[in-house]
Amino acid sequence: MGEVKVDTRSISLSPAPHLKRRLATQNFFSKIMLVATAISVLVTFGIVASLVPTAFTTLKNIGTSIIGLTWAPLFEPAQYGIAPLLTGTFFVVIIGMFVAVPIGLASAIFLSDYASFNLRRIVKPILEILAGIPTVVLGLFGLYVINPEFVEKYWPIGEPIAYTALGAGFMTGILIVPIIASVADDALSAVPRAMREAAYALGATRREVATKVVFNAGLSGVVAALILAFARAFGETTIALMVAGSFPKLTANLGDPMMTMSAFIGFAGIGDAEVGSVAYNTIFLIGAILFTVTLIFNILGNRFIAKYREAYE
Amino acid sequence: MSQTISLKKQISIRRVLIDAAFRTFLYFSIFTALGMIFWVVSRLWSDAGWLLSWDLITNYPSYNIDDAGFQSPLVGSLWVVGFATLMALPTGVLTALYLEHFAGKSNKLTRLIELNVQNLAGVPAVVFGLIGLAFIVRGFVKWGFTVGSAAVVIAMLILPVIIIVSREAIRSVPPSYKEGALALGATNWQAVWRLVLPSAIPGTATGSILAISRAIGESAPLLLLGALSFVTFNPTGLDSPFTIMPLTIFKYASDSREEYQILASAGSLILVAVLFTLNLTAILLRDFATRKRNV
Repeated sequence: MGEVKVDTRSISLSPAPHLKRRLATQNFFSKIMLVATAISVLVTFGIVASLVPTAFTTLKNIGTSIIGLTWAPLFEPAQYGIAPLLTGTFFVVIIGMFVAVPIGLASAIFLSDYASFNLRRIVKPILEILAGIPTVVLGLFGLYVINPEFVEKYWPIGEPIAYTALGAGFMTGILIVPIIASVADDALSAVPRAMREAAYALGATRREVATKVVFNAGLSGVVAALILAFARAFGETTIALMVAGSFPKLTANLGDPMMTMSAFIGFAGIGDAEVGSVAYNTIFLIGAILFTVTLIFNILGNRFIAKYREAYE
Repeated sequence: MSQTISLKKQISIRRVLIDAAFRTFLYFSIFTALGMIFWVVSRLWSDAGWLLSWDLITNYPSYNIDDAGFQSPLVGSLWVVGFATLMALPTGVLTALYLEHFAGKSNKLTRLIELNVQNLAGVPAVVFGLIGLAFIVRGFVKWGFTVGSAAVVIAMLILPVIIIVSREAIRSVPPSYKEGALALGATNWQAVWRLVLPSAIPGTATGSILAISRAIGESAPLLLLGALSFVTFNPTGLDSPFTIMPLTIFKYASDSREEYQILASAGSLILVAVLFTLNLTAILLRDFATRKRNV
């Protein structure tokens, strides 16, 4: 327990000294705090207000041609078939999850049930540092190392060049490993010790305790970890843009370049489309989709977190 | 329901082997995760470590490889994130104080605000670029592609994170501190401002430093705010055009000539060094704070 410093000048035995003034101060700051709180709400409204109207008018302008196989809004004649963006996003995110889920969950189990107290104290901060590597650096690594030295050499289908969905997916996976590890570890570590001890007493091995008892008990937190990581991968822009390139190619060959939805927003932001044109406004449409999907996943994920907190904390 | 419980063969060879395999898998996974950091950093170092020099920090970006450097993006990042912090930190801490100590706990409105903050923290960064584009660059603020616009966008991005970490720090202050003050006749505000907040400073600082370092490395939203250009002068005010570290790296990286790729790697080294220092400070600060509390 730290020391409590009491300002002796403010102690007086007369009834409620300066009460009026102090209440006035409290009132004043209450109002300031209310304004501050309102700002966060305002930001949400701002996001919705900036996306929804433009998204709807754009959708109206594009019409049914959004159901198409070619995405080329910045070209003449413009084409708005969203299929390549959907497949691109799907593949990059799924590869990312394939890489990150085993590594992330194993790291979480390691931290919660295998690592000694001291090892945990060292490993956790290092994982946090991994989480702190900027996406542009991960993108650079994907572009300079993973793509040329691994995908181009060993990918069996076609001839991968420079930009590949596989490299982007891999680096996105590395990006979300710390998210999965830390959210899942929080959940697994919150599982009461008594449950572990009961299982050990019945003769379970460490692996059995970790995977059959602790993992199941903390399952809602593990699910939350996966959902939140998925949302993060889904919204990742820079890695996708740098490593998978900016070619909205409709393909299932993971060695090909692809474009994700978020990468398109970034790409159109760089490009020189005329501001306010239909082509340009498609970024708000894509942004609205991105926002809606991640919102749903985040709400779901946070629900699951609340669930295990209710149970164990 | 009766089951035979055998006391023999409690631990079969099979179980021992599976356990050992599982343990190996766990160690392999954690080493992969940690090894990634070393792989990325050592690769950057071997590619571009030899290029590091003071000139690289003091020179301005240039198409001429020999005297290209990172001064204006470094200063630009500092301006943008600095002003963003000035906006987001007080707002976030005051919101956290309000939610923890003034708002009605089971109030529907409070729950709604909490939900809002939580979900705002999960909004993809690039979407913040879109709101910036619609309302701050153009729209009714019309600030253009300036340091000010970028700072507002980054402030919106880190605000929910700062609220969340400050709330956690404020919540972990023992309630007896406040109760003691209230018993002595302090108003709610006095108790919170003079006792709760000061005790929550280490936790808030740790979380905020992590949020700020994330903001320094963030590139996506500012891609939409015109930061991806060669700006060969430092910002002079909120109305200046600007560029930032991550996007200068991005720009060099998208050039296919090898010299520029080395330059991008060198920039990454500088950026990573800055962020590691910040993260390490935050982690040490947290360590210090928890140790102090546990004594």
